[in-house]
Amino acid sequence: MFHREAGVFKTTYGADMALYPLPIAKWTVVALAALFVVIIPLAVHEYYLSILNLIFIAIVGALGLNILVGYTGQISIGHGAFMSVGAYTAANLAVRLGLPFWITLPAGGLMAALIGVIVGMPSLRIKGLYLAIATLAGQLIIEWTINHVPAISGGAQASIEVPRPSLFGISLNTQGHLYFFLLFFAVLAIVATLNLVRSRIGRAFVAVRDQDIAAEIIGINIYRYKLLAFAISSFYAGVCGVLYTYYFGIANYEQFQLIVSIDYLAMIIIGGLGSVLGSIFGAIFVTLLPIAIRIFMEDVGSLFFTQGEMANVISGLRLGVFGGLIIFFLIVEPEGLNRLWRNIRSYFRVWPFSY
Amino acid sequence: MTRFVRSWLGVAATTATLAFGGGQAFAQAKELVFGLQCDRTGPTANVGTVLCPGYQDYIALVNSKGGVEGYKIKVLEIDNEYKVPPAMEAHERFKKEGAVLEGLYGTPQTAALNKKLEEDKILGTSPGFGTASAADGKRFPYTFPIAASYWSQAGAAVEFAKEKMGTLKGKKIAYLFYDNPAGKEPLVILEDLAKAEGFELRTFAVPAPGLEMGAQILDITGRYKPDFIITHLFGRAPSVSIKELKGKGFPLSKVVAFVWGSAESDIIAAGGMGVAEGYSTMQFAGVGKDFPVLKDIEAMYKAQGKPAPKEMDSTVYYNRGVLVAALHVEAVRNAIKAKGGAAPTSEDVKKGMEAIKGFTLGGFVPPLELTPADHEGGGWVQIWTVKGGKLVKVKDWFQGNRPAIEKQLAADASKS
Repeated sequence: MFHREAGVFKTTYGADMALYPLPIAKWTVVALAALFVVIIPLAVHEYYLSILNLIFIAIVGALGLNILVGYTGQISIGHGAFMSVGAYTAANLAVRLGLPFWITLPAGGLMAALIGVIVGMPSLRIKGLYLAIATLAGQLIIEWTINHVPAISGGAQASIEVPRPSLFGISLNTQGHLYFFLLFFAVLAIVATLNLVRSRIGRAFVAVRDQDIAAEIIGINIYRYKLLAFAISSFYAGVCGVLYTYYFGIANYEQFQLIVSIDYLAMIIIGGLGSVLGSIFGAIFVTLLPIAIRIFMEDVGSLFFTQGEMANVISGLRLGVFGGLIIFFLIVEPEGLNRLWRNIRSYFRVWPFSY
Repeated sequence: MTRFVRSWLGVAATTATLAFGGGQAFAQAKELVFGLQCDRTGPTANVGTVLCPGYQDYIALVNSKGGVEGYKIKVLEIDNEYKVPPAMEAHERFKKEGAVLEGLYGTPQTAALNKKLEEDKILGTSPGFGTASAADGKRFPYTFPIAASYWSQAGAAVEFAKEKMGTLKGKKIAYLFYDNPAGKEPLVILEDLAKAEGFELRTFAVPAPGLEMGAQILDITGRYKPDFIITHLFGRAPSVSIKELKGKGFPLSKVVAFVWGSAESDIIAAGGMGVAEGYSTMQFAGVGKDFPVLKDIEAMYKAQGKPAPKEMDSTVYYNRGVLVAALHVEAVRNAIKAKGGAAPTSEDVKKGMEAIKGFTLGGFVPPLELTPADHEGGGWVQIWTVKGGKLVKVKDWFQGNRPAIEKQLAADASKS
């Protein structure tokens, strides 16, 4: 990631496909692990951990959506609803049956995968914008169902409080505890996705995205793989919803409305479709940018505006700058932040001899 | 120094502060930090852009008079855009800056923060948001609705209808509501009261975003023909309901709206005050400009050589912002007094909030009484009706059908 690789030649397919392209990459990963597991939790204030926690959850959701939209080319705007399926499944299991998180979490993911396959069925017949509308219908139906079926939603408020997750008898109730909890699942999601996309399944997804007729001709069962993409993507979404539920201590479908699906689409488009690193960049960008703009404006804006004006200026400016930056980045590099990062890297790879 | 140089210095300063852990705790001696969540850009911006300036202005007024018991107040406002993750980030930021209390904004946001507030022992106020059962201070020790919940509003609406018609026996009441949890919440109270009072209740749900309700209104006015309508809508939906009811010729004097359908802007958007003659609204803060506290804010602006802000004209939401700020300040005042002038902690402020009683600000605040058990303060509302082009108070502070609400609260507490 951060290293230079002069004089390295790969002579086998195995070497080319390896997770670590170079021996030094292993050390990069070790350094990153040390940074996230030891240095950050010790050195950083709880407030920043809370931001990282939100980013970790967003990474899981963005990875899931990227598998579907970026790798398989199936547009979905029902991602938020799949999160709510996971959230309510886990909440009901945790409250009614008193199950611990290591059961409710995969259960929430599996239930979301099941619903995802059902909502994804139209993808077998339609593509593109038509599919987007079909998944939009899925989003609205799921929202309506949760709102109107007390057996799922637990009453008129449609929210179920869940106890904090506990591990070895310790209740994970501070941002620091939850940091490790969420970091674990974010890393798990990243590693799983990295492996998924270089496997047979991942390559089939890419083939379906690039040209589904050609994919069918070379022997890929596109029905199976399209539904599999929906299932895996929804599984991630469901897990993301469960993580939100444990993080906030409540499952509430109003947290997972249409706007959330759009936010996650924005993440993967900004970050880069069809790339794991892009999903991470997108999740970081969308979560962090509003906060960064606000903190910046709180310090700088007070030079130009009074306290009363500031509140309106920050809110308006944040929207404006956020939208402007999205347009700017997409004009500079339509393939997203991931491509931008690769361009910068390849520039420095040969620096200072650019030819 | 030119502005350009100054701005670059600002950038450098920001970088430096970020590098050293982002904005040092500016809670020095004799300054208290209040956190305020707001929605100035999200789906409820029509409320937030007026309510939050009201809050800021009242705090500025208190500061201009020397602060509360010698302490200046610094308000840290964060726009959560009515989204849940930013609300959690905002709470953590408030905690980092040492906020002694925070104003919450939004029902899902309140739900998501209930637990965190309790763990961090910082009180949050949720006037008009959140669940009705949060009135129970034993179940939600750090959540303070401080204003009439939807249950209390339902009780008050039925009482008002009864007053208008003499008796409810055999009458038909339509309940037109926004189809979300907040909209459905009052149903239990309405159903209980329908049984007790002997009226017939039929519900009409309006799906989000509530801009299209022609079918429901036609069903109400054409087929059901109720004797009274209670509406509970949000955002742009209230003005649509006024317009549609008026269009179908239903007398607006037989309509009462819950608190989020009760602003001047809702009525003006429906075609103006003249059109909505007779439309009744429910309020948890005083309406209009005829209050000493608002005169003081105007005087404060005048002393600075500025005109009063235009938000003050939208008195319903502006006054609610002032009310929330006033209750926050009062809680802190109680806390400082209880500690003999020492800086209060967030737990002292909670005790101060639970000691608020007989604080009316010249009729601006209801005669609420907050106790460790009752964080709603009694569920007081006023009814204001459009008469001759403006909102006129027709019913002073009252608690409608209190026993029915208390019964539900007890039932809800025993369930959990």
